[in-house]
Amino acid sequence: MTTSTSDAASRFSGRQQSPLQRLQGLLHSYPWVSPLVILIVSFIVFTILNPRFATAGSMGLLFQQTAIVAALAIGQTLVILTAGIDLSVGAIMVLSMMVMAALAKDGGMPGPLAMLIGLALATGAGLLNGLLVTRINLPPFIVTLGTLSIFTAIALLYSGGSSIQASHLPDFLNALGNGFSIGGLRLTWGVLLVIVMYAVVGFILSQTAWGRYVYAVGDDPESARLSGVPSKRVLLQVYTVAGLLYGLAAWALIGRSGAATPNAYPQANLDSITAVVIGGTSLFGGRGRLVGTLIGALIVQSFAFGLSLAGVNQQYRVLATGILVIVAVGIDQWIRKVK
Amino acid sequence: MAPSKLPLAVDHIPSEKRHVYDAEPILSGRDLRIQWGHVVGLDGVNLDLYKGEVLAVIGDNGAGKSTLIKCLTGAYQPTAGQIYLDGKEVDFKRPQDAREAGIETVYQQLAVIPALDIASNLYLAREERRPGPLGSVLRMLDKKGMAKRAGDSVRELGIQTIQNMNLAVENLSGGQRQAVAVARAAAFGSKVVVLDEPTAALGVKESGMVLDMIKQLRDNGLGVILISHNMPHVWEAADRIHIQRLGGCAGVITPASHDMGEGVAIMTGAKKLTQDTPA
Repeated sequence: MTTSTSDAASRFSGRQQSPLQRLQGLLHSYPWVSPLVILIVSFIVFTILNPRFATAGSMGLLFQQTAIVAALAIGQTLVILTAGIDLSVGAIMVLSMMVMAALAKDGGMPGPLAMLIGLALATGAGLLNGLLVTRINLPPFIVTLGTLSIFTAIALLYSGGSSIQASHLPDFLNALGNGFSIGGLRLTWGVLLVIVMYAVVGFILSQTAWGRYVYAVGDDPESARLSGVPSKRVLLQVYTVAGLLYGLAAWALIGRSGAATPNAYPQANLDSITAVVIGGTSLFGGRGRLVGTLIGALIVQSFAFGLSLAGVNQQYRVLATGILVIVAVGIDQWIRKVK
Repeated sequence: MAPSKLPLAVDHIPSEKRHVYDAEPILSGRDLRIQWGHVVGLDGVNLDLYKGEVLAVIGDNGAGKSTLIKCLTGAYQPTAGQIYLDGKEVDFKRPQDAREAGIETVYQQLAVIPALDIASNLYLAREERRPGPLGSVLRMLDKKGMAKRAGDSVRELGIQTIQNMNLAVENLSGGQRQAVAVARAAAFGSKVVVLDEPTAALGVKESGMVLDMIKQLRDNGLGVILISHNMPHVWEAADRIHIQRLGGCAGVITPASHDMGEGVAIMTGAKKLTQDTPA
């Protein structure tokens, strides 16, 4: 009995695989490989189109432009790993930013306190999303579509629709826009914060039990529950942590844009989803790596940056991003067929 | 206060296995009743399970097999009756309670996560952390240690076809997935393992592999409850067979005392088991 099955297994594992099957297997184990290849190829192409692309100065600018969407995409990755989607990322960030700025300017609060309250508000907003998803069992798409409107409206009502300029804000709130240079490479504290966020969340996802629960809940919530994973609690925590991460992005955005504007970054939601999807994380949950999201965010921004350096109409960036999204989801469908 | 043993007909138990029944039962149910409104799910069922035996539970759909098992594993709470584990009365509020007490269940729907690797699945919700501050402060998982121990548990059950513990479960066949689920139960079930239809979705060879694993669990000294619709599998693997019928126990037989036809006849009510000669 056992000998015959192990014979079958050795025949199975020893069978010839076509190069295409081997590629499929590789992408299945390392879903971030294909976005990495796209990133490298696009870097080479943009450098050929305009050699200024590959300079340290350009890279510093590219990193600064990528920082905000990259920060939002961390929370988005957590939510998508649980087979959810978060359409309220931008709205939570903007609301949190407006609260931080108004508390400091109109409320006269010290910068760190205003920042912490804004951060707590963003965390609470994420918790609200999580409660609606886990307690009332509403689909994440509907919950966050609703809270997208709610938070956007509150941000506009609260701020009266007007921006608060950096000059009216304490240094602490603007600090993430400042930076330092290594050679010709200029980095801001905001870029550094985002790198630290990736390192910490990446560590948690890959090295701790909680990270495994996120994957398990996204892949098969019922099996996870039967195995003893507190599925609902993990889901609630994911939305709450995502809210906290959007709050940190809000702080970085004040420094980046030099003002707190209630209609800042309107395309944040779709950009963050695009980065996650291009980065190889499956919209069906349970599959993907955070490093892929960082690569995905870099791809989207390097397209924008590279094409503008090459003097190409910006609409081609939008076009190229659209094609990439469809290709990325197509690849995901294909590699999920590995049996 | 442990209950007195249910009567056993030792004549139909092979002599080399009789010592198993000299000990006290590891798990007992007495007069278990479940009622939802006026629907009776269980109608006063008694059961003894001994260490080192496979007790099969058979019965028609709706006979109360699953209800009985869910009572014993904490998924349902009986309306009346007592459950004893190792001679002590227990009161499981949730499946987690039963698991912590040493009763592992392999569910029909498998409860493995396809995207996670074998070691992660074996240790899911029971992860072990690295020693020292890496584990206590940074909460880092002891991936290497878990993979090594997962390999040990799988080999202990005589499964040779699974070698690489870092392989995602989705790459495994149905039988191998079932093997992972059984290995998890074996690794953590210190007293009793309950398997719900473990061979239902499997081919002939893979069923054979799973039945071998079940016998291995028994030989390792666990009490094993096997719920199955597949009579040849039951007659191959079971030491005793508990027959559920209409919410009650229609009798306990052994593969030696009755053949499959008789078992099915008792199960469907075509034949009555005389109550004074339980096996």
